[in-house]
Amino acid sequence: MELGKATREAYGEALASLGAEIPEMVVLDADLSKSTMSKMFQKVYPERFFNMGISEANMVGVAAGMASVGKIPFASSFASFIICKGFDQLRMSVAYQGENAKFCGTHSGISIGEDGVSQQGIEDLALACCLHGFAVLVPADEHEMRAAVRAAAYHKGPVYIRAGRPKMPIIYTADKEFVIGKADTIRVGKDVTIMATGLMVGAALEAAMQLAETGVDARVINFSSIKPLDTEAIINAAKETGAIVVAEEHINHGGLGQAVSQVVVENCPVPMTFVNIGDRFAESGTPDALLAKYGLTAKDIAAATQKVLARK
Amino acid sequence: MTTTTSGPSIEALQDKAKAIRRHVVEAIAAAKSGHPGGSLSAADIVTVLYFGGVLRHDVNNPHDPNRDRFILSKGHAVPVLYGALAEAGYIPVESLVTLRQLGSQLQGHPSKADFSIMEASTGSLGMGLSVGVGMAIAGKMNGADFRTYVMLGDGESEEGQVWEAAMSAPFHKLDNLVAIIDANKYQLDGSVEEILDWNPIAEKWAAFGWHTIEIDGHNMEEILAAFAEAKTVTGKPVCIVANTIKGQGVCFIAGNNDWHGKAPSADECAKAMAELA
Repeated sequence: MELGKATREAYGEALASLGAEIPEMVVLDADLSKSTMSKMFQKVYPERFFNMGISEANMVGVAAGMASVGKIPFASSFASFIICKGFDQLRMSVAYQGENAKFCGTHSGISIGEDGVSQQGIEDLALACCLHGFAVLVPADEHEMRAAVRAAAYHKGPVYIRAGRPKMPIIYTADKEFVIGKADTIRVGKDVTIMATGLMVGAALEAAMQLAETGVDARVINFSSIKPLDTEAIINAAKETGAIVVAEEHINHGGLGQAVSQVVVENCPVPMTFVNIGDRFAESGTPDALLAKYGLTAKDIAAATQKVLARK
Repeated sequence: MTTTTSGPSIEALQDKAKAIRRHVVEAIAAAKSGHPGGSLSAADIVTVLYFGGVLRHDVNNPHDPNRDRFILSKGHAVPVLYGALAEAGYIPVESLVTLRQLGSQLQGHPSKADFSIMEASTGSLGMGLSVGVGMAIAGKMNGADFRTYVMLGDGESEEGQVWEAAMSAPFHKLDNLVAIIDANKYQLDGSVEEILDWNPIAEKWAAFGWHTIEIDGHNMEEILAAFAEAKTVTGKPVCIVANTIKGQGVCFIAGNNDWHGKAPSADECAKAMAELA
């Protein structure tokens, strides 16, 4: 598949391009703006950019205070830092207060690579989904990220956006629109459904192509909105294809897989299986080597799909 | 907008503080739980904020975008804020006894979602000053002249986030922000001195770049003078270190940390009310 830009780069571009049309927008970062790419906004709107220093908890609280006065803050850091170090503040000062503030965690998952466990945000979706009232978004490519940032800016309420470090396969065209709460079927199929999010969407499409060669017709759905969740798409997939694989670059607790499971169990139980990091920390390594070692490749998704089909 | 600029007399403020202390004791007694010690230590400062011409606020327009903001970061002391708001006419005095009851907007700790007059939801210690920094920055960006006041506890200031916020406010030259430390010398488990002594308090805030004023937090003249001085400071935020007595105003609670988080019985409440009459 053709590689596009990293979603973090599209995040920075989207911030910079939205600044003119949304004067209330302010951007905060915690000394990672060169990496999260929020620096792109600073270049255009220096007076609306706040580098809060290496103080994620304070940054989240400051964003909440700004939002309460009518600003629309976008605060970013690595997924592991903004969610883990800012969690109580996200809970109390943002979610409990119901503030209209947006947060972006970049360098999510293990595809950040060599930096290792401390920088690998692999629990962020579980934690973000715990936050009452938050929308949790994981765009699959640069085009979807730009659309998601726009949707987040116009959404009334708190939002967490997950971004990645590596270049991402192109899934969409530049006219992609983002609707919070809607999943997107990017490949029709009747035998099984692969539900994927983020970096795993490209891998799922590749897996579907491999499966087609063996006569398996797999549906692929991009769940870029983890919360709210498109329950209709899940129930339809369960009813129409009878088996589900969920793929995500996240631990097996609290992410897309468990959210989908709950909907399936309550509405239309079918065999399911999961492609994720499991319950473990990863390690240093190149992104590709890590994705292979921790079972997050197209080949892994195809193998999991064959297994779940055998239980149908 | 109603502004109390010419201020009531010291005696009137002292009477108001007594009324607020009565509300604190009665509400906590009715709830059968709560934090009398830290509520009573803050009573004189909160009285001056609301009735001494410090806060610009209007009970008839409580969400005026240009109102001054008061964040009670030491959220467990919220009965003192509810008491002041009742005295100011925001809520009926009779509603104060619904404190901590199911369905009441008077939650055990401040909840903006339940009670929109609360400027921030607090109770997990250490968070209010960051929210205040955000308000102060946004106010300056908007060209608004409202001021933001944040009250913290001395025990609360053991939280690291307080010092992240303390570092950021002077950097952003937030002369529209005032932190008040209700230094009542105690925290849940004992005295601040024996648990995590971070004295000298005022010197630390000064070293972080704050204009620092140290006062007796039960002396109305000193409290009024500190807030007046705060309004004259430019280019940096102000920290008022208010030395207080935990439980001030009720002799059997004052200075006795057993009353950190204990409700008075009906008899004890009656005794306290007699003293505060």
